[in-house]
Amino acid sequence: MDFQLSEEEEAFRQEVASFLDEHLPEGQGRTPEFQAKWTEAIREKRWVGFSWPEDVGGGGGGIMEQVILKDEMAKRKAPALGSCFMGLAWVGPSIIQYGTEEQKQKYIPDILDGKYQWCTGYSEPDSGSDLASLKCKCEREGDEYVVNGQKIWTSIAMWSKMMILLVRTETEVKSKHDGITCLLVEMDTPGIEVRPIKNMSGGAMFAEVFFDDVRVPVENRLGDEGQGWQVTISALASERSSIAEVHGLIRKIEEVKDLARNTIRGGRAMSDDPGIRRRIAQAETKVEAMRLNGMRFLTKQLKGEPLGSETSINKLHRADLEIGLGELALEILGSSSTLMGGEEAEKGGAWAKFSLNWPEVVIGGGTPNIQRNIIAERILGLPKD
Amino acid sequence: MNFGFTEEQELLRAEVRKFLDQNAPLERVREIVEAEDGPGNDPALWARMAELGWVGLNMPEAHGGVGLDLETLLVVLEETGRSLFPSPLISTVLAAKAIERFGSEEQQARWIPGLADGSKVGTFAFMERSDTLGPEGVETLAKPDGDELILSGEKLFVSDAAAADLTVVAVRSGSDAPSLSLVVVEKDTAGASAADFEAMDLTKRIGKLTLEDARVGTDCVLGEQGAAWPSIQWLLDLGAALVTAEAVGAAEAALEITTEFAKGRIQFDEQIGKFQGVKHPLADIYVDVESFRSLVYYAIWALDQDADDARLAVSRAKAYCADAFPQSAIMGVQLHGGVGYTWEYDIQLYLKRAKWVRPMFGDADHHYERVALLGDL
Repeated sequence: MDFQLSEEEEAFRQEVASFLDEHLPEGQGRTPEFQAKWTEAIREKRWVGFSWPEDVGGGGGGIMEQVILKDEMAKRKAPALGSCFMGLAWVGPSIIQYGTEEQKQKYIPDILDGKYQWCTGYSEPDSGSDLASLKCKCEREGDEYVVNGQKIWTSIAMWSKMMILLVRTETEVKSKHDGITCLLVEMDTPGIEVRPIKNMSGGAMFAEVFFDDVRVPVENRLGDEGQGWQVTISALASERSSIAEVHGLIRKIEEVKDLARNTIRGGRAMSDDPGIRRRIAQAETKVEAMRLNGMRFLTKQLKGEPLGSETSINKLHRADLEIGLGELALEILGSSSTLMGGEEAEKGGAWAKFSLNWPEVVIGGGTPNIQRNIIAERILGLPKD
Repeated sequence: MNFGFTEEQELLRAEVRKFLDQNAPLERVREIVEAEDGPGNDPALWARMAELGWVGLNMPEAHGGVGLDLETLLVVLEETGRSLFPSPLISTVLAAKAIERFGSEEQQARWIPGLADGSKVGTFAFMERSDTLGPEGVETLAKPDGDELILSGEKLFVSDAAAADLTVVAVRSGSDAPSLSLVVVEKDTAGASAADFEAMDLTKRIGKLTLEDARVGTDCVLGEQGAAWPSIQWLLDLGAALVTAEAVGAAEAALEITTEFAKGRIQFDEQIGKFQGVKHPLADIYVDVESFRSLVYYAIWALDQDADDARLAVSRAKAYCADAFPQSAIMGVQLHGGVGYTWEYDIQLYLKRAKWVRPMFGDADHHYERVALLGDL
């Protein structure tokens, strides 16, 4: 075992650190002018799409370099690298792997420049955890596909210009994973209706999307007809070892600690309460376990072995922490934890809202029980149910 | 960056596993530990392990050891844990490490060769009636008398107390709390007597060392008299890390046994492992075992490096394990149904090991409180 960086890695870390020190001066407000300068600087540095091949405009960064970059950025609470979130996370990688030359030229530069948002049309009302059972109908008519059906839980659909959409082009199939096709759809195509869904914290981040005879040119198909499942899976596999998420959780725990120190109830700081101390220590230990699990996965990747289902371990920990830290904060707060706003509410009800927003992370991308199925079946070898 | 083992370490793991599978399958382990008036271990197997260099693996080469790091020892401990192999390995390593790290060259030459070649068993005795890991809990007195110390007191919950040929004992040298010393007490010392308790986990011997005006020379004191508290803390940390390392192997084996059971047991015309009510707890156990595995691997590495965060790393690992291992073993018994309650099925052996691990060198309360303190809370 060796947790030290190699000489080249250390040199890269220093390069990153000095770039960030220069472009993220201490106390710098996140004004629009700052954001514009930052965006230009990171594009020029090729940090947007850092892991993508250089010939499509990416940075060609290796796995270890990605980790170092994310690590240094998280330490300084740097703004995200690029603004087209889903485009950078999985639409871009799918297009790079399965797209035609024309598709790459048309979409990749815009994703890197953050010209507009992409949304993801995967889930349907009857196809959530069982995604491959999706039914959204799609028939070919000449040079067009005609789509009829519905998607749901589509994050930021109302603010997106494009959607990566999974449809069923064939219904008589041996396996439900066959007959699925992936389309790249312009959201202003006639026949698309977006209805935002209000979530339990009162906000609306996701929507229902309805398709009524929506015509999509065949050239907007990503991959072959019927290849949609592979396109999706390979994009999700580009997911990394979750080391970056750890920094967000560490910051959250620091905030909970501050809250415990500053909350006085019955004449005593909540940070002196043995039960609260133990639970904070437990959360911190769990995050450290996540960080180290991530390092073990990373070691595998560095040896060229593919990452398997073990990433579900950290997804379960993360779900536990996203829910648990919110609950812990509310317990520290006591009676005022019930308030969503106003001057009696701590930080305008920020903790109350936090405690209602975990489903965004915990449900999206596979519920905890789905992660448990994955571990039980793919790692422990238990029979499928 | 490499969070993995070397090829040599993996080869060692395979070799230890083969040795234990051949020589100490669980039927044999049961014979060894259930034998009336037996020593609780197999002296012949212990001697062979010493010959293979596994007992002295981490001890200095100059004194008959192999001179490898704790990380390599960790590989052996994971395997002895899997097999619930009954032996005084951890105790002996702790005694040797105390002598190596805090003793003089002369003291090392006097005691380590015997420990490394397996002819002598060592152990470390800290705990007393107070049942606390703080320095104030040590009341066993060391009264100076010329070039001797007169020891009186009672050390409890000492691993391999009766088997130990030499015990590294934490004793009190002054009235202020941290004024402690480390003294080596040999078995035949007049006034020193040891006896094992009736323990739940038969694969782990645990007992007491009674000191009634036992006289030892000042040449048996490791390091400076009255200034041993930092050394003792380090030994307690090492103990917690080694116990957790062994627990990783044991917990992994308990998970495997239960998983296999769930695949073979048919109810409602199905393998019970098909039911999510069985599958999900097993997945949760897997998550826990992999997580305290990561934590203890890092803790051992940090101890090897004398890293600043070694203490924090040890506490995180032991705390997580002390909670999760007993819980997972209880679930293992539960998932076995009625047969899990029997003496015949092996899962109960792992439950007992988990219950042994829980308080050893600090339970979850103790270590989580340390995590809180070290995290400025």
